[in-house]
Amino acid sequence: MTDLNKLGLADARDALRKGETTSKDLTEACLKAIDGAGALNAFVHRTPEIAMEQAAAADARIKQGDAPAMCGLPIGIKDLFCTKGVPSQAGSRILEGFLPEYESTVSQKLKDSGAVMLGKLNMDEFAMGSSNETSVYGNAVNPWRRAGDTAELTPGGSSGGSAAAVAADLCLAATGTDTGGSIRQPAAFTGTVGIKPTYGRCSRWGIVAFASSLDQAGPMTKTVRDAAIMLEAMCGHDAKDSTSADLAVPDFEAALTGDIRGKKIGIPREYRMDGMPEEIEKLWQDGIAMMKDAGAEIVDISLPHTKYALPAYYVIAPAEASSNLARYDGVRFGHRAKLDHGDGITEMYEKTRAEGFGHEVQRRVMVGTYVLSAGFYDAYYNRARKVRTLIKKDFEDVFAQGIDSILTPATPSAAFGLGEMKDADPVAMYLNDVFTVTVNLAGLPGVALPTGQSATGLPLGLQLIGRPWEEAELLSSAYALERAAGFVAKPEKWW
Amino acid sequence: MSIDENTAARVAKLARIKVEPDALPALAEEFNTILGFIEQLGEVDVEGIEPMTTVTPQRLKRREDVVTDGDQQDAVLANAPDAREGFFAVPKVVE
Repeated sequence: MTDLNKLGLADARDALRKGETTSKDLTEACLKAIDGAGALNAFVHRTPEIAMEQAAAADARIKQGDAPAMCGLPIGIKDLFCTKGVPSQAGSRILEGFLPEYESTVSQKLKDSGAVMLGKLNMDEFAMGSSNETSVYGNAVNPWRRAGDTAELTPGGSSGGSAAAVAADLCLAATGTDTGGSIRQPAAFTGTVGIKPTYGRCSRWGIVAFASSLDQAGPMTKTVRDAAIMLEAMCGHDAKDSTSADLAVPDFEAALTGDIRGKKIGIPREYRMDGMPEEIEKLWQDGIAMMKDAGAEIVDISLPHTKYALPAYYVIAPAEASSNLARYDGVRFGHRAKLDHGDGITEMYEKTRAEGFGHEVQRRVMVGTYVLSAGFYDAYYNRARKVRTLIKKDFEDVFAQGIDSILTPATPSAAFGLGEMKDADPVAMYLNDVFTVTVNLAGLPGVALPTGQSATGLPLGLQLIGRPWEEAELLSSAYALERAAGFVAKPEKWW
Repeated sequence: MSIDENTAARVAKLARIKVEPDALPALAEEFNTILGFIEQLGEVDVEGIEPMTTVTPQRLKRREDVVTDGDQQDAVLANAPDAREGFFAVPKVVE
């Protein structure tokens, strides 16, 4: 077999079980691809020794007939996940040199199911960003380019390294995390599949916290089937995360019938934004037609508070971040500033955080501090939480009307150029998450998958939003859409 | 609501982030852009609406009030920038 790194999880798993290849060969193919892809800056800490050791163990396991779902499959792990003894910096200078003494629940579950870790993946600092341009490691680069153009494009963010690595076949799949769209937007920008499960499906334990009421981990993969396989291995109850749901994990792959006959698919009118590019509108209409052809019933719906989701998010997420990031004080782990004579503990905190946090993180921590401060707590933070209640109710109302899932664009545009947003105000960058952020605020599952290409040949994605805990049905609808769209384009190798 | 340099300096102080005085005007301007965006929330009628405390309606689990972990001093201190004699070390706090 050639080009083993180009396989997806399902194909590689089947080949392993049939004895047509080995985890060692798969892993070596990925490590070689990673070595040749420095220009993408996707893998920022490589772990080839760990990978080869795990591959050998996986091959032994498969030989004994004990091959759980992910056994022998080489994947990348977002830098936000703590991995024991392996740098886990959340893309930040403040965690330089940090070597966790423990393993995140999600990465442990993947390990337990036999997955092979190739290394850690680039991301926006503390997952705050939509272009992977706030990372201490520098930009991750999208393997896709506009036709006839060599300008470097963003792979999206914050899981930009994960998306770039999967799209460029440096790994079979990768973990991501999603607080406002950080799995789904990069997936859409790179022609890959990403699902953010229902809040509480995946344990947050050991994942560096950004905004705890919104953060969820999920898989980033090459196909919907792969997403089903990997999601199942990642989720499940964990006593170490009090918000982790004590619910049985369904067999997501077995549920992939792709039969959506009679399903009611909602099309929210508020997602038709002013100034939305025509190609995004067309992508959406094409998706609607595909779902209809597959037997679904298309229903126009209204989610009246959509417009207020981004402003509510930019109160709630910074507020939670300012609290979560208070732990980076230069005492227990990570960077500590060099102090001048006479500096006390307050100077130590202030200098450490000024040196350790990048600009966007500092800005969000301070915005969060402001909206939580005395006199503004009610006007901003409490009001945003009330609006969040209304946004969730919008979804509850349409689900109560019998809507099974909701189809929307994943992003307002195709991938943009690195540096292109440099002079824009911060709000312009925030608008990237306009279609995804409602899902985090409502705690719902959402999946992005590629269904078309822009005029310049870049991938474009649609998003399906499901009912809480109904990832199985959501993935099955996504599978139907994937089959109808038949997206097979891959980026031309230039790196 | 407009943020001036003094407010920006106060917020930076509360957040324990050192901001040089010459960076304050730009910071205040960024805050104003973001807060201007957030101001839209004022349009929403939230009369009688409860602020969300949990997105998934579930009761937090409880467990026995017993020790579940411990005796990990070395692991706890392993990543400290300055650990001495089994403790975290910080600059002098009390004269």
